Amino acid sequence: MAAVRAGAAELERSVQHRKLMDQLFVLVGMTVLFASLLTLALLFMKLVHDGSARFGWDFFMNFPSRNAARAGILSAWVGTCLVMLVTVAAAMPVGVAAAIYLEEYASKNWVTAVIEINVTNLAGVPSIIYGLLALGLFVYKFNLGQSIAAAGLTLALLILPIVVVATREALRAVPRAIREAAYALGATHWEVTAHHVLPYSTGGILTGMIIGLSRAIGETAPIITIGALAFIAFLPTPPISGQFPYLSFTWLTDPFTVMPIQMFNWLSRPDQAFQVNAAAAGAILLAMTLLMNGVAIYVRYRFRKRINW
Amino acid sequence: MNTAATDSAVGAGASMQVWERGLRARELRDRCVEILLLAAASVAVFTTAAIVYILVTESLPFFAHVSLRDFFTDTLWTPMFDRPHFGIMPLVAGTLVTTFVALCLAIPCGTIIAIYLSEFAPYRLREFVKPALELLGAVPTVVYGYFALLVVTPFLQRFIPGLPGFNMLSAGLVIGIMIIPYVASVSEDAMRAVPNYMREGSYAMGSTRFQTATRVVVPGALSGIAAAYILGISRAVGETMVVAVAAGLQPNLTWNPLESAATITAFIVQVSLGDLPHGSVGYQSIFAAGLTLMVTTLLFNIAGYFLTRRFREVY
Repeated sequence: MAAVRAGAAELERSVQHRKLMDQLFVLVGMTVLFASLLTLALLFMKLVHDGSARFGWDFFMNFPSRNAARAGILSAWVGTCLVMLVTVAAAMPVGVAAAIYLEEYASKNWVTAVIEINVTNLAGVPSIIYGLLALGLFVYKFNLGQSIAAAGLTLALLILPIVVVATREALRAVPRAIREAAYALGATHWEVTAHHVLPYSTGGILTGMIIGLSRAIGETAPIITIGALAFIAFLPTPPISGQFPYLSFTWLTDPFTVMPIQMFNWLSRPDQAFQVNAAAAGAILLAMTLLMNGVAIYVRYRFRKRINW
Repeated sequence: MNTAATDSAVGAGASMQVWERGLRARELRDRCVEILLLAAASVAVFTTAAIVYILVTESLPFFAHVSLRDFFTDTLWTPMFDRPHFGIMPLVAGTLVTTFVALCLAIPCGTIIAIYLSEFAPYRLREFVKPALELLGAVPTVVYGYFALLVVTPFLQRFIPGLPGFNMLSAGLVIGIMIIPYVASVSEDAMRAVPNYMREGSYAMGSTRFQTATRVVVPGALSGIAAAYILGISRAVGETMVVAVAAGLQPNLTWNPLESAATITAFIVQVSLGDLPHGSVGYQSIFAAGLTLMVTTLLFNIAGYFLTRRFREVY
């Protein structure tokens, strides 16, 4: 009897101990989670606080300057916008087409397997390697030089896996019934894809594209590698001009700078006044990426609400 | 009457022909579209091929000039000096030290967060934290560089007197903070993929949530978690801006994280910042460094790929 009671007491103690461990882990887990999120939040707040002195119209409308208080990010944000234009123009058609092929057309053979392995693998290649690729290929083999076109194409290659993966997910979400109904009415493969599957997956594709761009906008290393770190106190040729033919493409070959490079440039100077500029540029860059991701989430939500299978 | 019937039969025949021609045109268009789509998909293959081609052909002249033995055994990396040395080891050491520091932070924290989110956190909290973790992945790395140089280093200098302004410890810690969300998110996905009946079996045997998590869920998701770690490692190895800003640009063969040292990526940035003539030794050396980096991350990625595949096959 005593032995049983002792056993019961031991069991009780063991249960207590296990329950304590359980509670303890909840505590540890919550602490680590909130500590990490809080650290990041504090760091971001510090960035905004450090840079807050420079927020203002002048900062956006001034060229970089030797005088920290007069320096601005005009050439940087214009450069970023133009580079992103090239990136979208290149990554969107190629990425979406590649995803359509892999999801809708590809049969299960070794060609498909090779393409899929490459897409997966490219997603894990460090961004600076893309910079070296661009330096060897775009800058010297294709003679694009240190231009907006070279940078835009580099970033397009960099975000291609993101666009492909997101588009594939969007296509996969379209129910089979939609495709089969279209086939039953005599539509060809491409008609099914273009008239039915693509319109339904627009939301997912746009979301993936925006997330890819938000990644491209902050990439610094590949653009430094192609040699774009320069003191740029002028704007590229405007793409729209007053006289015929109104559209001009000379901006593609112009030298440029972008936001993260401008920030890096200021950050690597020992002068503290420039580090305030770096904080301001960083805060704006951060706001841009967060805003883009917010838009992506909103787009996904809107399109999802509109479609009822 | 008869003629009208023949007419309509002829008309039907003609429209049949038109229809058939239309169909053939549509089928032809389909074939063309498919070829275009395949061409777009092959861009991925061409990109990989181009990366390998460029890295190899641009570094071949370098290796014609520097023997592989010197490359791996020389303890100095001074390609821009008058009497250059080409030992990659100082850069590899810098890369490994920052990666190690980053992993010491990211792996425990990331795993604990993943277990907590997957097994313990209330539904509402997880729905809020998961997108937040993914959002953090989009923060530009140069911003993290700012934190390492101007926030973490001054903070550490309060506790570690004599810590240089550029040091691998603070760069590594910030890379760690940066990849925590990534490790947590990917390993959480792996843990969620463990089927619920395994958890229920464990609960039925009287296990607590903690026991279920550590003895059933984590072992079940082990290959997925390992893949998350490996992808985290390859991210830390390839991270550029944080180390270029905060760890210093001087190659230094040391295993002490309190010192300043350049990594492979930081070296590439440093050389690119200068005006480097096409075909010079400096130009070739960044491709040799890039090739080393590529091979390192490729090994990790291949391991990660096979682990993920294995993890998919379990259930």
